Amino acid sequence: MSKHKDIEAYRKQLRECVKCGTCRAHCPVFKQVQSEAVVARGKISLAEALMNGEVELDRRLISDISQCLACGRCVRKCPNQVPTDEIILALRRRIGREKGLTLFGRGVSTVLQRPWLMNLLTRLGRMFSWLVFRKVPQSSGLRLRFPSPYISRDRTIPEIAPRAFRQSHPEFIAGDEDKPLVTFFTGCMINHMLPEIGDGVLAALQSLGMNILIPKDQGCCGLPALCAGDGQGAACLADRNLEALTAHKADFIVTACASCHSGLTKHFRDLGPDHAALAGKVMDIHEFLVDQGFDEKLLQLPRQENPQPVGYHVPCHLREPGLKEAPRKLLSALPSIRLVDMKHAGACCGLGGTFSVYHYDISKKLGALKAEGIRDSEAEIVATACPGCIMQLQDTINHAGMSQQVCHVLELVAADLKNADIGQANRKEAKLR
Amino acid sequence: MLEKRIINILRDIVGKEYVSTEKTDRICYSYDATQQQFYPDVIVRPADAEQISLILKMANAENIPVYPRGAGSGFTGGSVPTQGGIALVLTRLDRILRIDQDNLIAEVEPGVITASLQKAVEEVGLFYPPDPASLKFSTIGGNVAECAGGPRCVKYGVTKDYVLGMQVVTPQGDVIRTGGETMKGVVGYDLTKLMVGSEGTLGVITKIVLKLLPKPEAKKTMLVMFDSIDGAARTVSNIIRGKIIPTTLEFMDATALECVRQNADLDIPESARAVLIIEVDGDRELLERQAARILEIAAPLGVVHTSIAASDEESEQLWQVRRSVSPSLRKVNPDKYNEDICVPRSKLPDMIRAIEAISNNLGIPIVNFGHAGDGNIHVNIMVDRSIDGHEEKAEIAIREIFAKTLELGGTMSGEHGVGTSKAPYIPMELDSATVVYMKAIKRALDPKNILNPGKIFLEDL
Repeated sequence: MSKHKDIEAYRKQLRECVKCGTCRAHCPVFKQVQSEAVVARGKISLAEALMNGEVELDRRLISDISQCLACGRCVRKCPNQVPTDEIILALRRRIGREKGLTLFGRGVSTVLQRPWLMNLLTRLGRMFSWLVFRKVPQSSGLRLRFPSPYISRDRTIPEIAPRAFRQSHPEFIAGDEDKPLVTFFTGCMINHMLPEIGDGVLAALQSLGMNILIPKDQGCCGLPALCAGDGQGAACLADRNLEALTAHKADFIVTACASCHSGLTKHFRDLGPDHAALAGKVMDIHEFLVDQGFDEKLLQLPRQENPQPVGYHVPCHLREPGLKEAPRKLLSALPSIRLVDMKHAGACCGLGGTFSVYHYDISKKLGALKAEGIRDSEAEIVATACPGCIMQLQDTINHAGMSQQVCHVLELVAADLKNADIGQANRKEAKLR
Repeated sequence: MLEKRIINILRDIVGKEYVSTEKTDRICYSYDATQQQFYPDVIVRPADAEQISLILKMANAENIPVYPRGAGSGFTGGSVPTQGGIALVLTRLDRILRIDQDNLIAEVEPGVITASLQKAVEEVGLFYPPDPASLKFSTIGGNVAECAGGPRCVKYGVTKDYVLGMQVVTPQGDVIRTGGETMKGVVGYDLTKLMVGSEGTLGVITKIVLKLLPKPEAKKTMLVMFDSIDGAARTVSNIIRGKIIPTTLEFMDATALECVRQNADLDIPESARAVLIIEVDGDRELLERQAARILEIAAPLGVVHTSIAASDEESEQLWQVRRSVSPSLRKVNPDKYNEDICVPRSKLPDMIRAIEAISNNLGIPIVNFGHAGDGNIHVNIMVDRSIDGHEEKAEIAIREIFAKTLELGGTMSGEHGVGTSKAPYIPMELDSATVVYMKAIKRALDPKNILNPGKIFLEDL
């Protein structure tokens, strides 16, 4: 039995939806689909109808419930703050329980709960990737050679890293004695596909003299399993992470993936007081660095001529005040780049975790909107703060036949630290003062 | 339930993918912001006037009720399918057909979101003033059908003041034109004015020609706190009497202030019992003078504190105080009855005093805020339905408030319409000869009463 709240526990919140329609103005999926069943107000009516026995968990209802990016816009804009995101996850758990997980959902849950299996699969995947994938010209991405039921053949997927991030770094990296101990939660995408982001995180932390812990036992944050409707699997992952992340008394726990951050800080709070305490301790790396005054220090680096124009894409899971500004603050402080305006910078990239697997057509439409904003801007690089967004944005740019590169804010930070001869390379000597 | 044969006809008219009898869709098109729910039998999403005409002809022949619907965000049940039948969803008709900068008009389809229209015209230096609180999601068709208002209407007037002409599908399926594109026009009856605010009972609007204004150069926002609601209400009357028409003149009473006190970015002193948010717009050099004159009028009436926005950001901060009222009302009580009475502006102080007395007598909180500048008050009767007697008390309060409103020469709805929620009170405001006249029009145009039946008039036509 899942430790998460059952949909029945949300009756009071469901009643607080007054059907005003505000969510219609903010739901990215509704803007594409124009069906009331997609928007928060509709989903809440469906949840009520389901609980009152007026409708069954049939295929249509399950499909309606799957049409959500979990971006949280409807919740933030709701006059009564009805937690539609939590309600949808609770509905999906009920679907998972009563109807079973989809094949894809089962796959996701199985692999993400077993790090050895994940490691094996990624190793095999890399070995045989030339068989299954072909390279996308002018980018580091791959596309499927053969049709698959869940991944479209025209979709770009990042290459699997030659070595997982956590396998290429020691569990503990010593810094200055008087500096805090920072635990780094990598998440799956940084670990297996985009380790360069992890390298960026290390470079930034080391330049500040931090002591760093990368617990080997950490796993998936649990958000993909939760979105797929596997409450039990997600709770297991949360328990494992609780153990791994609290085994050592770290002063801070940081993430560099907006989705992992949302998973760890938001979705497991209710599982118990220890989980709530952990959730309260996790920080997004950008927020952490700005809190440490890192942006001020970056501003002291010598400015470079002809800085490269960079646009920033706001991940849906980093839209809260405080979280939202931090990546921009760091980017504006970098000496080699110039932060430029980008239309639709705050629009969802369209990934939404498993959403894009089930609804790739809508996902692509949302991507096309982003592509328009990127094309009309001066940006040569699109920086963001979430590996999921990076994958989706690169796919979007490839579809639009454009040439911009997508990367993580911390990769740009690391590059500038390296230029200034600060950070990992010669961490003993050079540090930001 | 409708016969399969009817569903097939509808599919032939609009295409298979635009007709749904799925239970999930029937649930999702059953409500509006009144939260009442009535399931339609079928949801139909037509693309144009021609299809709508065929649907209405069929509905007439088969005696099926048809309920036109935009965003479904109305406050009085105007789009709710009370007798089942067809939910006619008009959001596919969502094109801005043209913005004519030579004649300052725009031609739009009814499904255009009001905010999108405003954005589009403002990009070319023009202005569509009506600004209902729902403008980011409500449709212009719904705004026209309900004659929506908003804060800016003090100076600029309501939706009906901007509709020059329309294409309408009549209840029997004919496509007609009302008005035109000219600033003047007196040929035949003014069907445009008849259609605006007819709540979807007299025809389905399929095209709208709107009048536009040049976009004002600048605006200035002020927030003035008073030590009594009476002082604020008298300030409103005096500003109007002083022959100044601000763009907006919004007020909030003490209970409304209490609701937002904790979350507001602004310090609200304990002595503040009412707030006016006043905005003026126009040529930059005129603004200072107008603002100064307004503050001069307010000064002797118990001003506690005045904030004047120096930037758009600060203006937004002041407006945030007003906007956060509605959502925070639940702190008072879980359920609300939301009325939107309108009285002659000089009677505002009397009306506020009367509502205060009604609230005290019945012992239930009534929160007042809204568009003081045009005498339009949003009266929120806050109750807890789970407590015995609360619902009855709310009913008494509504009747007493309406009675006082009418006694002062006002009307029971300024901008929300009648729909189903205010239908029982119609006889309080309209005498029987007037109701007979209105029903005669409806009967003549829609003899089988298939278009939005059950709205405005409770009893059979």
